[in-house]
Amino acid sequence: MGKAIDAKNLNIYYGSFLAVEGVNMSIRPKTVTALIGPSGCGKSTYLRSINRMHEVIPGARVEGRLELDGQDLYGPGVDPVGVRRQIGMVFQRPNPFPTMSIYDNVIAGMRLNSRKMRKDATDQLVEKSLRGANLWNEVKDRLDKPGSGLSGGQQQRLCIARAIAVQPDVLLMDEPCSALDPISTLAIEDLINELKMDYTIVIVTHNMQQAARVSDYTGFFNIEGTGKPGKLVEMDETKTIFSQPTEKATEDYVSGRFG
Amino acid sequence: MSTETTPGPSPADTQPPVTSTRPVVQPGDRIFSGLAKGAGILILVVLAGVAAFLLVEAVPAFTAPSAEIPGGAGFAAYVIPLVFGTLLAAVIALVIATPLAVAVALFITHYAPRRIAQGLGYVVDLLAAVPSIVYGLWGAGTLAPASVALMVWLENNLGFIPFFAGPASTTGRTMLVAGVVLAVMILPIITAVSREVFLQTPRLHEEAALALGATRWEMIRMAVLPFGRSGIISGAMLGLGRALGETMAVAIVLSVSGGITFNLIGNGNPSTIAANIALQFPEASGLGVNVLIASGLVLFLITLAVNSIARFIINRRREFSGAN
Ligand SMILES: Nc1ncnc2c1ncn2[C@@H]1O[C@H](COP(=O)(O)OP(=O)(O)O)[C@@H](O)[C@H]1O
Ligand SMILES: [Mg+2]
Repeated sequence: MGKAIDAKNLNIYYGSFLAVEGVNMSIRPKTVTALIGPSGCGKSTYLRSINRMHEVIPGARVEGRLELDGQDLYGPGVDPVGVRRQIGMVFQRPNPFPTMSIYDNVIAGMRLNSRKMRKDATDQLVEKSLRGANLWNEVKDRLDKPGSGLSGGQQQRLCIARAIAVQPDVLLMDEPCSALDPISTLAIEDLINELKMDYTIVIVTHNMQQAARVSDYTGFFNIEGTGKPGKLVEMDETKTIFSQPTEKATEDYVSGRFG
Repeated sequence: MSTETTPGPSPADTQPPVTSTRPVVQPGDRIFSGLAKGAGILILVVLAGVAAFLLVEAVPAFTAPSAEIPGGAGFAAYVIPLVFGTLLAAVIALVIATPLAVAVALFITHYAPRRIAQGLGYVVDLLAAVPSIVYGLWGAGTLAPASVALMVWLENNLGFIPFFAGPASTTGRTMLVAGVVLAVMILPIITAVSREVFLQTPRLHEEAALALGATRWEMIRMAVLPFGRSGIISGAMLGLGRALGETMAVAIVLSVSGGITFNLIGNGNPSTIAANIALQFPEASGLGVNVLIASGLVLFLITLAVNSIARFIINRRREFSGAN
């Protein structure tokens, strides 16, 4: 668990529109990488290309190479469904399945692998995943209740539990706290710190303090103007990006003076 | 409509403003609320009128001596085979049409390229516009004769199943064919309702499934079908309502000469309530009319029961419906 990601000259398109251009990025295993940048610069697009969720949108495609521990994720014969089982994703808005109980939500991914599991084995997996997501104590008495009955922060941690239940190599998070209150946000940030023991984590965030708090590395994306492609301006250790970035644009952005 | 005579919310100055968040009522709101209320009342009045008519006209059929009822064995003996025929034809139609409609709706919403999906949706909607008499003529004139060979095959090969016990009809105007014709008739409504709910599946939940590594079909099973479940049931109930009440198509297709039987491919079939009324009414007089109306009342009750059951099914798992 916890693999490296390497993007090499990655161009990402929506139909003929080039949304993200020429990304070269190496992400070390078991680190937290934050992606920051102004709205519309392609952070989500890039993140979604890592687990091939990008191509769910009609006409969307990718050029270049993206490697997971050296394996080309876009190589011929690579099944996007398989890629998504290795690379989990947590979305901006919590999205537990409303028709499933908390229990069933956690093992939803496991069910897909259609491995027949004994009841006590799934019980264990549910407990382990919920503990891993710091949610067990809050929901252990109502595992058969719908996940949609939880608070927003709990729902988001349920989604994290669901993602880690299949033991992925990488966890992608697209602004996982932007719909949450400060306390729930803190709970998720603590969780991210624990999860990086086992997983490689890439997190998009709008919140600079959050990037500074949770990440080891930070990548800054920028866009020159509307209709232009987003680009990775620079990537470095988080403390470097926030104290002495190489690029002027990065400095302006992290100090709140961008325009 | 000026049914709104109750005083609106009292002006703020006559009462101390205990709650400062009293809603402001615009004239538009008041008109709309009046219209909505009026429409609701109108529906209830019409419904009550229909029920009263049915009850009053049906009473003589219940009180008359058995010998005077057609068949000579009382109203129950008269209506039970009809109820059976009605339910059987409708259930056959539902069993055939629902899976097909769900499949077509899924194809349109999740598999077909956009242009084909639009065309197909249009064709299905067009099916709904065909008058039922045309379906009846098609069923009796084309489908029935064409199905004779199939009936014979069913009798010879699957005859051990009571449904296909035979002897196979030589005209093809059987319960099975009537059920198929009804299925085609209710297909559009079930498809249309299913398609609408499938389209409303939140993108959020579809992506949740896909991001877990679901294939398209697994995503549909995880996110689309559970979300659309109550919609599918509603659509099926609308279809069932139409199948239960369908008159002309069944009257034309079905060759009627028997009582209760599960043999779907034979000549002797029970009629359905609606078709029976349509066929008998022109020649009925006196008590005969009351008997037909009483059978109509029975149909009314069946439809009511079906709708209540559907509502119950939909409500039972409301907690998990995703509506919260
Ligand atoms: N589904 C889509 N179809 C077409 N263009 C899109 C789609 N989603 C995003 N884009 C475009 O791609 C660019 C990057 O968007 P996005 O990755 O969402 O930015 P960010 O997450 O950094 O705010 C924007 O110009 C946006 O308009
Ligand atoms: Mg985004």
